Amino acid sequence: MINEKIIFAGFGGQGVMLMGQLITYAGMFEDKEVSWLPSYGPEMRGGTANCNVIVSDQAVASPVISYNATTAVIMNLPSLDKFEAEVIPGGILMINSSLIEKKSSRDDVRVYYLPVNEVANELGNARVANMVMLGAYLELTKIVEPKSVIKALAKIFGTAKEHLIPLNEEALKRGAALVK
Amino acid sequence: MAVVFQKTKGLTDKETHYCPGCTHGIIHRLVAEVLEELDILGETIGVAPVGCSVLAYDYFNCDMQEAAHGRAPAVATGIKRSLPDKIVFTYQGDGDLASIGAGEIVHVAHRAEKITTIFVNNAIYGMTGGQMAPTTLIGQKATTAPLGRDSSTTGFPLKISEMLATIQGAVFVERVTVHNPAAIRKAKKAIKRAFEVQIAGQGFGIVEVLSTCPTNWGMTPIKALGWLEDNMIPYYPLGNLRTPEEAK
Amino acid sequence: MAKVLMKGNEAIGAAAIKAGCKHFFGYPITPQNEVPEYMSKELPKVGGVFVQAESEVAAINMVYGAAGSGVRVMTSSSSPGIALKQEGISYIAGAELPAVIVNIVRGGPGLGSIQPAQSDYNQSTRGGGDGDYKLLVYAPANVQEMVDLLQEAFDKADYYRNPVMVVGDGMIGQMMEPVEFKERPHVDLPAKDWAAVGTKGLRKPNVINSLFLQPEDLEEHNIRLTAKYQKMKDNEQRYEAYNMENAEIICVAYGTTARIVKNAIETLKEEGINVGLIRPITLWPFPEKAFEVLPETAKAFISVEMSMGQMIDDVKIVSNGRLPVDFYGRSGGMIPTPEGIIGKIREMIGGAK
Repeated sequence: MINEKIIFAGFGGQGVMLMGQLITYAGMFEDKEVSWLPSYGPEMRGGTANCNVIVSDQAVASPVISYNATTAVIMNLPSLDKFEAEVIPGGILMINSSLIEKKSSRDDVRVYYLPVNEVANELGNARVANMVMLGAYLELTKIVEPKSVIKALAKIFGTAKEHLIPLNEEALKRGAALVK
Repeated sequence: MAVVFQKTKGLTDKETHYCPGCTHGIIHRLVAEVLEELDILGETIGVAPVGCSVLAYDYFNCDMQEAAHGRAPAVATGIKRSLPDKIVFTYQGDGDLASIGAGEIVHVAHRAEKITTIFVNNAIYGMTGGQMAPTTLIGQKATTAPLGRDSSTTGFPLKISEMLATIQGAVFVERVTVHNPAAIRKAKKAIKRAFEVQIAGQGFGIVEVLSTCPTNWGMTPIKALGWLEDNMIPYYPLGNLRTPEEAK
Repeated sequence: MAKVLMKGNEAIGAAAIKAGCKHFFGYPITPQNEVPEYMSKELPKVGGVFVQAESEVAAINMVYGAAGSGVRVMTSSSSPGIALKQEGISYIAGAELPAVIVNIVRGGPGLGSIQPAQSDYNQSTRGGGDGDYKLLVYAPANVQEMVDLLQEAFDKADYYRNPVMVVGDGMIGQMMEPVEFKERPHVDLPAKDWAAVGTKGLRKPNVINSLFLQPEDLEEHNIRLTAKYQKMKDNEQRYEAYNMENAEIICVAYGTTARIVKNAIETLKEEGINVGLIRPITLWPFPEKAFEVLPETAKAFISVEMSMGQMIDDVKIVSNGRLPVDFYGRSGGMIPTPEGIIGKIREMIGGAK
């Protein structure tokens, strides 16, 4: 039985909302029950942004994640402080170590420090850091197939950004390699 | 015997409730005659206001909708946007249009809605019993200005037509009066022109008609007509403020 | 049709257009801005009309005008904006016109907050404007239900010649879930021969109006309206009953709060505590029928709301003294947690011993 509850958090522009949407779309393509709930309001304007994503094989009851996240994907320091405690014991905490020097204070969760910005820079495009992180997330949890994520990306990008798909695909692979 | 006068088909047979000497009756007839003469009675939807002319929906012989106080231009917008080929007009008094509905009249002009507004300005709230309106003249007595309107506490009378004439979408703006037969003929011409502007799809048109309120002014009908001429016309000058040619 | 992933607010727009709504009048207010934005983009493509009004007051009066012309028309807003629309809603109900009003509720009173809330239960169900009138009020709990009920709302509005309100909270407006636009059954609806569309010289004028100066006439009008509302009470109550068998405590919750309650119910079930849920899908008429037969095990009701307690009054009315009615709520944009609800229920059970 799957009942994955993921928090994606970072600052505006890091693509955390997109990460959540990609997992949600991919889950839908795989006939799973899904929901995507964003934070909204002034905090969207340049501050921290986060979304709650649920992927389940049963109808999603509450779309809200509150101290029962199975995974938290943390892209900046304020998000670590805010969401670290939300992960259940035994859950996964993924930390963008390119931007966060601080270590997690949790010893009851699986913590991964991933230099996703460096990897993205190696790929020649800093903006795919979120996709590197997402690749690592998919490798760790196997919640959805990477090809479903690519299908979702193609849907969101449309024809105008189609040419960026190979780069994003590569970013997913490099992310996966970080945790293999 | 030859027929020398016939009641317009634009009005129903319902007897109006207006006070003796009130000029609403004349203005109703002018609008109704114009609708008949332009042969648009069957294509017209009128919007009645709140105030003395609240029952206008009983008097005009066309489809009508009764609006909330001041909201006639918004209601007319909803109608015109749903039925763009029909003719839509609002008939509003000065309490309705210049006070509570000041926002709606500005924005119907701002959006250049293709509707026509007949604005009856008698410088007072009639239906509710003679309270001060934004159009009440300085020194004019009202039940909420018992010593006469005092500019130090209530400001100055609002010149709606002049204000609307600054708005690009208001393509036809004219102020008329109905206090004598010559003026009535001119008023009718302006009303007709305003509807023609709508038919031509040129934008928003408004005719401000200076009107009397013998009851709440506390005057005989004849004296009220004189008061209008002596006091209202100097402050609210008659004439065309905007035509489609100029609006271009 | 295949499922698509849609944000609640956009799904509202898409569902309205599917239902044949080609006229939308709105005004910006968070958290429902995606509705007018979607309509401004999509309505022109289907020959429809989008107008951004100068205020909520103007927007609802444009709806009133368009409804008088007989077209399918909608507006959307959020709590303080709905308060401004109450004038027009009362006129629409009084003149017996069909229209759909969406309220994506935010915290109040006053300017309140922009976060999700359910503190508009009273202004939705009590007739927020003047006079004796009622709206049919739907409260969907997920985006799919929002899409289904919104389309149906147009049929119901036409059928009853009455405004229908669809209430969601900020969460349901902002969240994305898969939706499917299902084939809808054809509904026979009466012709709109009352609409003011011009007489063409062929009939007596139609007058759209809510003014009745003669007391006898207005009373007669109100008696007729009340008979219509009674018909809605008889035919339109909707609810979901969940885990009611052997329930000791019965939660009453609607919208997204009901989903959070379900999580609490599942957790308590693992501890051997049976808790049921009655989820009103129509807030008005309140689903009294759901309360007619209760499990013999039931000891108490608890109204769970994202407010300081508004629906609780209706729960007390339908309980009619049979069972005590307790309350748990969060407000101001704070969202109830399963833990909070569980804590309250444990307290109730402890207290009942």
